[in-house]
Amino acid sequence: MFSITKTLGAIIAGAVLAFGSSAAIAKDSSKPIVIPTHNWSSQVVMAYVIGGIFESLGDNVEYKPADSQAVYEAIRLGDITISHEVWQSTFGKSFYKAMSKGGVIDAGTHAAATLEEMGVPQYVIDDNLCPGLPNWEALKNCKGVFATADSGGKGRWLEGPQSWHGDLMPVRVNALGLGNDYVVKFAGGADAIWAELASAKKEGRGIITFNWTPNFTDAEGFVFIEFPPYTDGCRVADGGDGSCGSPKGWLKKAANYKFPKTHPAAYKAFSKISFTTTQVGQMAALVDVDKLSHQDAAKKWLAENEDVWKPFTR
Amino acid sequence: MNHLTGHLARHPKLVQFAALLAVFFVLYFSIDPSENNILWRLPAFLAAVPEMLNNSVEFIMFEWLPIETYNVEIEDYETSALMIEITRAISRSVLFCIEFIREILIGGQKTIVAFTSWDFVSENKWARWPALPWTVVAGVAITLGYALSGRWLAILVGCATSYIAVFGQWEPAMETLSFVLIAAPLSVVLGVFLGVVAFKSQKFETVLMPLLNVAQTMPHFSYLVPVTVFFGVGDHAGAIATVIFATPPMIRLTLLGLKGVSPEVLEAGMMNGCNKVQLMFKVLIPTARHDILVGVNQVIMQCLAMAVIASFIGAKGLGFNLLLALNQLRIGQALELGICIVLIAVVLEKLSLGWANKQIDYFADLSFVERHKYPLIMGGILVAGVVLASIGGLIFKDGINYFYLIPHNKGLTTELFWQSGVDWIVDNCYSSLQVFNVGLIVNVLVPMKNAYLGMPVVATFVLVMGIAYIVGGLRSALVVGGLLLFIASTEWWDRALITAYMSTFGVIISATIGLISGSLCAQNKFATKGILLVCDTFQTFPSFIYLIPVIMLFGVTDTSVLIAVIIYATIPATRYTVEGLSNVPQSLQDAGTMSGVSRFQRWIQIELPLAFPHIMLGINQTVVFALFMVIIGAMIGTDDLGQLILKSLSDEFGIGNGLMLGLCVAFIGLAVDQILRTWANERKKALGVA
Repeated sequence: MFSITKTLGAIIAGAVLAFGSSAAIAKDSSKPIVIPTHNWSSQVVMAYVIGGIFESLGDNVEYKPADSQAVYEAIRLGDITISHEVWQSTFGKSFYKAMSKGGVIDAGTHAAATLEEMGVPQYVIDDNLCPGLPNWEALKNCKGVFATADSGGKGRWLEGPQSWHGDLMPVRVNALGLGNDYVVKFAGGADAIWAELASAKKEGRGIITFNWTPNFTDAEGFVFIEFPPYTDGCRVADGGDGSCGSPKGWLKKAANYKFPKTHPAAYKAFSKISFTTTQVGQMAALVDVDKLSHQDAAKKWLAENEDVWKPFTR
Repeated sequence: MNHLTGHLARHPKLVQFAALLAVFFVLYFSIDPSENNILWRLPAFLAAVPEMLNNSVEFIMFEWLPIETYNVEIEDYETSALMIEITRAISRSVLFCIEFIREILIGGQKTIVAFTSWDFVSENKWARWPALPWTVVAGVAITLGYALSGRWLAILVGCATSYIAVFGQWEPAMETLSFVLIAAPLSVVLGVFLGVVAFKSQKFETVLMPLLNVAQTMPHFSYLVPVTVFFGVGDHAGAIATVIFATPPMIRLTLLGLKGVSPEVLEAGMMNGCNKVQLMFKVLIPTARHDILVGVNQVIMQCLAMAVIASFIGAKGLGFNLLLALNQLRIGQALELGICIVLIAVVLEKLSLGWANKQIDYFADLSFVERHKYPLIMGGILVAGVVLASIGGLIFKDGINYFYLIPHNKGLTTELFWQSGVDWIVDNCYSSLQVFNVGLIVNVLVPMKNAYLGMPVVATFVLVMGIAYIVGGLRSALVVGGLLLFIASTEWWDRALITAYMSTFGVIISATIGLISGSLCAQNKFATKGILLVCDTFQTFPSFIYLIPVIMLFGVTDTSVLIAVIIYATIPATRYTVEGLSNVPQSLQDAGTMSGVSRFQRWIQIELPLAFPHIMLGINQTVVFALFMVIIGAMIGTDDLGQLILKSLSDEFGIGNGLMLGLCVAFIGLAVDQILRTWANERKKALGVA
């Protein structure tokens, strides 16, 4: 019985593929635009916001959960159409890798100025746990504040997974001459960082973690450490010694190469879409602070910000 | 002294072990740890294999036998390849089936699209299948439960469905259900089919067995990338990954059941003139029913255990929402989602069990209404549910019709309770646990890790192969040696040692806890039933949920990973101990009691030795569970093989790296399996219970 349904399904699906593709091309295809959802709030809300914008143009939209690193390969193969939050230092590598294989295009950059850097929660500054912060030189005198059970008396930097920036932080620790006082621990994912931050906050403990802005942590206050400023060529990969902070980063949009042709109107809007730091923060806060569901948050944002997104569709 | 030599003479293996340890320590301390010393670390012969593997898979998928097609939408020719067209056709048919079931349950338009086109659906807004009211789905499931197994199952199904609906998880639960309803039958059919073929053909069995061993010990993360490359991203990919994970135990148990059919039964079938097909379906499979049912039970548990991991590659439903809740640190919400997963597993398992145990009454002489009682009742429920939903539409004015569909996260919630519970524990226990945490890391974990990393590769080979030789002879030693050689020839030997250290620690603690709690619970019938229920629950309960509270208490450290490992790996140790002890024949226990042994002596001298082979199989499973969880521990933060497996999701040679790393983990498991299984079989023979 089962195999009959399956064969039937295959025949039908095949037939649809054969006939479905002979549609007219003047306007956007009615085939759904596939938007990925990852596991952090601003991204999911923005997925529904962008989906709502596409729907206002008469497009069909479909949402698919996907891993935030593996998604670029899926865009390349056309299983997913777009990605609307490509963070420079976290996903830049996966994005450019897929782009170099062919099939992914760069669909422009958001206005949001992003920063991805090591930092401390606001209370670390307010309670003066490490006098002199956010200047990085203050770290020399307070390794004990940031020590953990497994850091062997040294201070610990909690970095994101190794897949995000490889050995950038361990190199920086040594290049700044902090190697004897600090160790870098790679967390398994963003969840692990949030859990550590929440736990540290309860105790008022000192903690240094990798973080980024705009992010939901902006609401409670998060201070990025001021390292020696980034200059071209200061990183080891570019010939420098690595003793510099992160550059102000970009937040890009990616799309499958067929998207401009299959959905010209939607692509035009998508390439114009540009959210600011505040707007991204608003979207995340509707879920993380106001506890709305992601869909409701997107509906509310779209209703309240027509003047922001309507121009994208023209 | 005399006593000691006598003791050693009776146990020659003890002498061998002592000698082995002596050699091991000499090697350990005498070999110079330098990178060029081949006795310290083997050169990475296989370092280029991941890239080759990756390139060949990509060649077969994207370049081999290219097909030119004209794509009307982009007005251009596209090159595709044969393989990708084939695998995507499979994807589409699996997806069609999932969408079909999903849309019966919660509505949608994909099925209609499949028969028409997106254009048609866009132009005709009425062309949308409506969702069934949740009361109808619940009512039909309850009736099904009653029809298959009576009142108690009906009550259970009723409670489970109401919980899911009332707590506002109906939509994600139905999404998960729809993909399990495809993945589980597919695994069962495939498993029984391959099991039957292996039963018929000795050659096929010899080829299949090692593949099954690898499939069952390979961590699921390592085949996620290959699955997405072959089949794309989405519910179908999740279902296919689930089938890969759930089929092996089904094959094994089918084969076990068929082999256990006594020749008399077979002969009776042949004497009655059965042909081959009849013999298989009317005689062999029904007789092997018990084992096949255990297989079905395993398949259902495995399918739901995959619910979360499948969402990494696009499966919608409870798993995805669970990851989202965890990212917001909403542990209470994640817990409620986790309970939904367990409930679906329990309901499906009991329903399938009831269905399989249902005997057809060939001689009943029933009227039309009696014969079609249940379909008629279900029809009635459908009408009643629709009427109720329309009434609901009139009563509830705030836009949510609670009699039709309670939207996601708009139902009851106990989140606050759990959240404050977790907060309370973190607030009150953090400081005292911190002392324990530091002590454990400084005094046990770091020294243990360094001891493992300080092992010269030759010493490791001598120790492990030596144990295999003493336990199982030359053949075992060679098998284990071969498995280790593979790992040692990759560039990940040090990481494998770290994986081994964490698994060893986890297994020792888990086995101890399992042995003790299992022994205690086996003393009492109610406790036995209770502990088995706990085991079932924890096996399907998504382990991701306890990662977050563990991090809050112990930070991103090995302690956190190990606690998660111990929670998960204690399940099989406990289960097999309980089962092993409950199966010790009553007569032997009575004989012991009559000889005047105390309760404790009976446990040590009679029960444990007799249950030993079965407990060993449990320890074997504990090792596999521990390895799996150490790999998932990469989500907390580790520096072992798991970190690289997780990283392979975004690697340049992701397919090759993922598969090779997965094989390394699988081979650690198989090496241990080889030793423990041989040992258990030896003991079985010695005890005469083989």
